[in-house]
Amino acid sequence: MAGYIARRLLQAIPVLLGTTFLIYFMVFAMPGDPVVALFGDKTPPPQVLEAVRERYNLDKPFIVQYLLFLGGIFQGDFGVSFSGQPVSEILAVTFPVTLQLAVLAVLIEMVFGITIGLVSGLRKGGIFDASFLVVSLILISLPVFVVAFVAQFVFGIQLGWFRTTVGPGAPIQDLVLPAIVLATISFAQIVRLTRASVIDTGGQDFVRTAASKGLSRRRIVPVHILRNSLIPVVTYLAVDFGVLMVGATVTEGIFNVPGVGRTLYQAIIRGEGPTVVSFVTVMVLIYLVINLLVDLLYAVLDPRIRYAK
Amino acid sequence: MTSTVNGSDVKHTTPEGEERPLLEIKDLKVQFTTQEGKVTAVDGVDITLYRGQSLAIVGESGSGKSTTAHAIINLLPGSGQIAGGQIILDGQDISKASKKEMEAIRGRKIGFVPQDPMSNLNPVWSIGFQVEEAIRANGIATGRKEVRARAIEVLKQAGLQDADRRLKQFPHQFSGGMRQRVLIGMGLSADPQLLIADEPTSALDVTVQRVILDHLESLTRELGTTLLFITHDLGLAAERAEQLVVMYKGRVVESGPSLEILQNPQHPYTQRLVAAAPSLASRRITSTIHGQEGAAHETGSEVGTTTDTIDLIATAEARAEAHEAAAAQPPAIVVEDLTKVFKIRGSGDFTAVDKVSFEIPKGTTTALVGESGSGKSTVAKMLLKLEDVTSGKIIVGGKDLASLTGKELFDLRSRMQPVFQDPYGSLNPLRNIGNTISEPLVTHGVGDRASRRARVFELLDQVSLPRTLVGRYPNELSGGQRQRIAIARALALKPEIVVLDEAVSALDVLVQAQILRLLADLQAELDLTYLFITHDLAVVRVIADNVCVMQKGRIVEAAATDDVFENPTEQYTKDLLAAIPGANLQLGA
Amino acid sequence: MPSNTRPTQAHFVAPIDETPLVAIDSVKADGKPTNLWTDAWRDVRKRPMFWISSALIVLIVVVALFPALFTSVDPRYCQLSLSNQGPGDGSVLGYNRQGCDIYSRIIYGTSTSLSVGLIVTFLVASLGIFFGALAGFYGGWVDAVLSRLGDIFFSIPYILAAVVIMSVLSQYASVWTISLAIGIFAWPATARVLRAEILRVKNADFVMAATAVGVTRLRILIRHVLPNSIAPVIVITTISLASAIVAEATLSFLGVGLPSSTMSWGNDISQAQVDLRTNPQTLILPSIALSVTVLSFIMLGEVVRDALDPKARAQR
Repeated sequence: MAGYIARRLLQAIPVLLGTTFLIYFMVFAMPGDPVVALFGDKTPPPQVLEAVRERYNLDKPFIVQYLLFLGGIFQGDFGVSFSGQPVSEILAVTFPVTLQLAVLAVLIEMVFGITIGLVSGLRKGGIFDASFLVVSLILISLPVFVVAFVAQFVFGIQLGWFRTTVGPGAPIQDLVLPAIVLATISFAQIVRLTRASVIDTGGQDFVRTAASKGLSRRRIVPVHILRNSLIPVVTYLAVDFGVLMVGATVTEGIFNVPGVGRTLYQAIIRGEGPTVVSFVTVMVLIYLVINLLVDLLYAVLDPRIRYAK
Repeated sequence: MTSTVNGSDVKHTTPEGEERPLLEIKDLKVQFTTQEGKVTAVDGVDITLYRGQSLAIVGESGSGKSTTAHAIINLLPGSGQIAGGQIILDGQDISKASKKEMEAIRGRKIGFVPQDPMSNLNPVWSIGFQVEEAIRANGIATGRKEVRARAIEVLKQAGLQDADRRLKQFPHQFSGGMRQRVLIGMGLSADPQLLIADEPTSALDVTVQRVILDHLESLTRELGTTLLFITHDLGLAAERAEQLVVMYKGRVVESGPSLEILQNPQHPYTQRLVAAAPSLASRRITSTIHGQEGAAHETGSEVGTTTDTIDLIATAEARAEAHEAAAAQPPAIVVEDLTKVFKIRGSGDFTAVDKVSFEIPKGTTTALVGESGSGKSTVAKMLLKLEDVTSGKIIVGGKDLASLTGKELFDLRSRMQPVFQDPYGSLNPLRNIGNTISEPLVTHGVGDRASRRARVFELLDQVSLPRTLVGRYPNELSGGQRQRIAIARALALKPEIVVLDEAVSALDVLVQAQILRLLADLQAELDLTYLFITHDLAVVRVIADNVCVMQKGRIVEAAATDDVFENPTEQYTKDLLAAIPGANLQLGA
Repeated sequence: MPSNTRPTQAHFVAPIDETPLVAIDSVKADGKPTNLWTDAWRDVRKRPMFWISSALIVLIVVVALFPALFTSVDPRYCQLSLSNQGPGDGSVLGYNRQGCDIYSRIIYGTSTSLSVGLIVTFLVASLGIFFGALAGFYGGWVDAVLSRLGDIFFSIPYILAAVVIMSVLSQYASVWTISLAIGIFAWPATARVLRAEILRVKNADFVMAATAVGVTRLRILIRHVLPNSIAPVIVITTISLASAIVAEATLSFLGVGLPSSTMSWGNDISQAQVDLRTNPQTLILPSIALSVTVLSFIMLGEVVRDALDPKARAQR
């Protein structure tokens, strides 16, 4: 296990360097004045432009710029927002909100997705299975902002069950609707993945052997079928978080949830380039960390990985 | 004695008249529902098994033998269903038992040992967990300590000496043989009256197979367990079981005492099987050599009434005669001190082939025999230049392979061709048969379109396949037919040498015998030199002139085939010979 | 066990006519020759979902190519006096806030979505196949370098990456730049799938047999390996077309997509959000157009996967 963790951490280093470099490259290696380009059609006050130039060391050679940028990240310096507030300060306020929202969404999609996927897989070809196949196809086809608006319109405006906007300092129950919206993005994928995995595992030899030992169905399903089927679902979690980041940006923006996503959303809408770059960098870093955690979870679930030398 | 009222009916004489069979299967019918309707996999099967007896069901793949076994414990795969008949266990018809009743019977009354040790243990749970859960489910022991103690006992019984230490380990940390022991222990953990073993060792190396079967035999004898064996190997069945049931196309064609069936097979299908089983053939060849013109041999020739019956002895004798005058020419292949070292990340070097030397005289067959991991296939790949040589020399037709230029290597490829093991992997599924066979011709720029087509037809004739196959794809062919195509492809460029890497290992015995015969005929006709790689010593007797026995990368014994079989000098060779199923049978007596 | 008390079983032989012997391994090949592709086609054409999705896709393509066939209203002719008016009076679906005809804008927005989808898919498929094939087939350091490169690109969610690129390139925003921004980060998934598949296929015996005949490496890759590993790429490509359409709409919705002058469902949805309370159909209708288009490609991908992946077929 220790060897596995060490190897996995080692693998993460080039990816970390690569991704940050890539983001930096995308912004600052473009022709023309990157600072002006970042602000698009906006003309920020000269002192802001100056601050950005200084921040990104634009007078130095490109590679030095990047290394200084990278060094800043390791010291927790993610840059300065459009208004001049350090990004790390904004993060301290917004990150907990996003974390709550994400945890809630993952819980919803996992609990419902795995349960429905399991039942569908066990009763392959039944009515339950067939109807959820259709539902999942439709859900996969709906972009998250469409789901968000429809949910806001139906449950917020027409039925009045939820508040349509969350706002700062809102209680956690206000996060339920955005969390459900966020959960719909991957819910269908999890249903299908679990279903496929359950059918696959159900046909494995060891399941038959378990039955031949005299085990009851009620033991075989959780212990031998579901347990093994969770491995690919957990692997999917890693991909899922990437989807969730984009989803959170849109959902938090639409529901006005005061999290990291909304901050990015507003920065994008307002064309505040430097803030966008900082937050995308932060999100990619979070994504890398989550990927690492998912891989470790994967090792916990699968002894073949855990005990591999 | 036999009644034909309802198809087949096993009659048994019961002198005492009172002993009730432990298991009685009457007119069993199993069907699968497919898109094309219902398919009957088992039809009117009758089997009677008494307490303490052992019985083997023998048949080829698709004969319904495994389906019968699964029907007994009601664990038919997919859409399988018992469509008729009775399965009476100890007086109770369990074919109509409820789910709950069946759960109580499985494990407790009927133990089951499955076929493939690699796929039958759940990879995510420890060995201990999986054994303990079986013990708990059958109420053999309660309480953590007792269950654990019983698990250790069961595994030790199954021959896992350090069981207490290994309980916490996971299946992937066990070798195939060890896993099979775990599965046997699990099957016997609740002390069942009946143990069904479905090809319990066919995935294992022969020597391991023998040890495990010996152990299973003594263990069931000790516990008084009744044993129902499923196997494709007639020799193994006869050696391990008192009673034999031969199945063909879902039906029982012959049953009775093992030796009697082997010595005096009555049904033409059984006769075919007996004639084609390499393990038995090598036995019979031995008896022939010793001047005892055995009954079995004569029976074998009598069977020749059906054109399809292939007697391996005839194949072997024809080969022996043809090659008597071979020696004078220079050898086709010389291998000197051939070594292959693989670099393995984290654990240093692994020497797969260690200073191997041998010569193959032109027009003869040399067999390279060994168990998995012996390095035999690596030798073949180096010879074919599919793998780099670490050190040593390979000389083919007088030329050192290492000194060849690109052009020379390309030319050499046309003179030396391989046939591989897996019939399902050896043909590109997306190219039709005609294109597959003519690829070597196209690659080497032989002839024009018309002449290549003519050559493809000629090759199809040579491997006895209809010319109409030219436009068809491999998915429509059986394993044996695919191997024929692979042979045709190998012969396309009229090579002198053919490397047969386990080329018949994946085939059913009858098909295997047919291909062996084909190979022998082609050799005689085209003066081919064969390097025959195999794990199956029994086959060697039929096909090879010389044998090299490999173990852990080295050749431990090399001699003429008859010498190896008659006077093996190395212990390992003796072990391998003893492990041939049916090797201890007294035939032709 | 006292064997002397055990009853002996007699030698039973079934009547020969009951199970007549058939020739060993006889060839049964009648009817049309079949292979993976013919089998897949046979499977696909039996499925209603295939015909529904194909019909929808054909419709979408025709609308995209010839929008004038479906409406005579100019989507750019907007009158503020008609702002948020309902259907009727020559307008099928009513007007949006700017007083433009919603139906006409949906029709003319089709080609934008479809173009982005096709360009991105082409980009993703070519990059993915190129890198995936190289990495899988040649292995060694080529694989190590390309796989790490893929990891890096894969670690930045492609929409986030596109957000950054489009923020920088906002002056140059067009169907081409947005497709490039999405495609350049979306290829690793395809490359990974192909690489894994090639690793599986390249060790097949038929590849070894071809090598032993002297077929060149490149020809083996093209003739034997690629055709046998391309099926999952086709599946993922169909689905990536749908994802690309969603990505464009999302970027346009966020305001870093196409310029507002370009007719795009994403732009229309974005502009309609302020009217969610008062005039929801201005938002809902383009959303439906978008979702149905995406659904068509998802369904097609689903059918194709069921036909090409034996495992998926068994799970139906």
